[in-house]
Amino acid sequence: MEKFSGKAIFKGVAVGKIVFGAKDKQQVRRTKIEDASAETQRFEEAKERALKELGSLYEKALKEVGEDNAAIFEVHSMLLEDEDFNDAIKDKIVNQQVNAEYAVAKTGDDYSEMFANMEDEYFRARATDIKDISERVISQLTGGTGLSALSEPSIIVAEDLAPSETIQLDKDKLLAFVTEFGSANSHTAILARTMNLPALIGVKIDKSWNGKTGIVDGYNGTVIIDPDNETIEEYKKIQQKDKEKRELLKSLKGKKTVSKSGKTVHLYANIGKPSDLGSVIENDAEGIGLFRSEFLYLDSKDFPTEEEQFSAYKKVAETMAGKKVIIRTLDLGADKQVDYFNLGQEDNPAMGYRAIRICLDRQDIFKTQLRALLRASAFGNISIMYPMIISVDEVRQIKEIISGVMDDLRAEGVKFKENIEQGIMIETPAAVIMSYELAKEVDFFSIGTNDLTQYTLAIDRQNSKLDNINDSHHPAVLRSIKTVVENAHKAGIWAGICGELGADTSLTKTFLEYGVDELSVSPSFVLPVRKAVTEAD
Amino acid sequence: MKSFNYVITDEVGIHARPAGLLVKAVKALSSTVVIKSGAKSADASKLMAVMGLGVKKGTEVTVEVTGENEAADAVEVENFFKNNL
Repeated sequence: MEKFSGKAIFKGVAVGKIVFGAKDKQQVRRTKIEDASAETQRFEEAKERALKELGSLYEKALKEVGEDNAAIFEVHSMLLEDEDFNDAIKDKIVNQQVNAEYAVAKTGDDYSEMFANMEDEYFRARATDIKDISERVISQLTGGTGLSALSEPSIIVAEDLAPSETIQLDKDKLLAFVTEFGSANSHTAILARTMNLPALIGVKIDKSWNGKTGIVDGYNGTVIIDPDNETIEEYKKIQQKDKEKRELLKSLKGKKTVSKSGKTVHLYANIGKPSDLGSVIENDAEGIGLFRSEFLYLDSKDFPTEEEQFSAYKKVAETMAGKKVIIRTLDLGADKQVDYFNLGQEDNPAMGYRAIRICLDRQDIFKTQLRALLRASAFGNISIMYPMIISVDEVRQIKEIISGVMDDLRAEGVKFKENIEQGIMIETPAAVIMSYELAKEVDFFSIGTNDLTQYTLAIDRQNSKLDNINDSHHPAVLRSIKTVVENAHKAGIWAGICGELGADTSLTKTFLEYGVDELSVSPSFVLPVRKAVTEAD
Repeated sequence: MKSFNYVITDEVGIHARPAGLLVKAVKALSSTVVIKSGAKSADASKLMAVMGLGVKKGTEVTVEVTGENEAADAVEVENFFKNNL
């Protein structure tokens, strides 16, 4: 039994026979030809067949892995039709009187070298694409083939795989990929992710593995050759668990989040940037319970403009197509620094100049964000949430500001949702204590348990020395949650949890008993939490 | 000749797919379109040459459009950059 390491592209486990995909390195020999025009014709015909092949690969990929991943074959067709590339090949045939195979191989090598020497990783990875297309034409000229058909479910081990080789393989017999070269950006890596196949790159491979049993461990980035029975059993168990988990979660998709006694919980997702939307939909969240708007400020060199913000919020609202999207206004502070804010260093940033405190002080920043949010509200179901609230007075100031912004928009004839839902984060002990009064001012509460725990227990959550006493199940925290929910209901508004505690399934039952109306968790926790709710009384 | 400058906003730069679309779009025009990035330049109707520029996000390119229809073609090419890159 031997173990080798590499970089995992996709998590998962595969156990099976190894097929070593030694590329029949098509030995191209240089020969002198007599009739250059006949040789040029041979090249043209081979190219036409290669283009036809690419066309059918495109169709196959379109069906199996979707348009985005199929596009590579369209690009290959265009590369193959590139004028400079074709001129270079024909020039060699005519002026050097060489055979078409050699002319294609040499031209392919030249171009692929040009890409291999480029600075940027993405463009370097394109060298493989050029090799792929030139080898395709050479195959057509010589009648050779690539990886042979698989006879049983196999783990493919190869120096490198061209995207066309990956897609040509019989999907049902494909267990995993292991390659020595290739990058996380290569199309093969992308295809592996799309097909949910465990895959490793950067593994020092060996021809002698061919035909042996292997295990690909995409969790730890290792491949095990000739594993003993005990190890095989161990991995089969992991595989089984993965499978059960996947199936269970699949069965929960599209289901309502209702407990046995009929209590419905709204199960939403927390996200930090628009690109997280894919996982929100994939995990079947019923909406977005916390969309952190900080990314707009952190990714930017200057204050993001109203238009930039508007288009980001609009995109999220439209993608969620009528489902609730709760966007939290700016929550930056000395711990999440942005140069252009000039916030300066603070001794105690968690309790410092941050979040709503900045917004109420520098209203220009706040108004720009509110305008963008309100404008986007015309395109979907947006709610606004304000962080770090400690008093009723703050909420009243916010309302005054937003009503001014609304007046401006009306005067300009800009559409927005008039009765847009507005709520606050409950993350300070002050807000818990004042929750009865606060509930009369807003439409909803969302409890931020991370900060609430830190402020309630007076424990710095960044200090690992305090981990042993940093108990998020502390009765003071749980009682705070209970109080907040009760006070919300007294005023007829809803209350949810958007902190990490919301995903803690050992507390799901407790939260249901408290009457929590909404849980917002990381996308990957949506289905496990749904499971916990449906299993609770 | 008409020309304009454009800063690439696409995360991966002028990568294979938009480069392919660009070549297609340019071939449909009567003008010659040249993209300049730093010291390098490429005929926008040739895919390998365009990709060979290796233009990354944040790079400013100069695009030169020459031909009988250059005014209208330049507008079209500029719109292509804005929408795809």
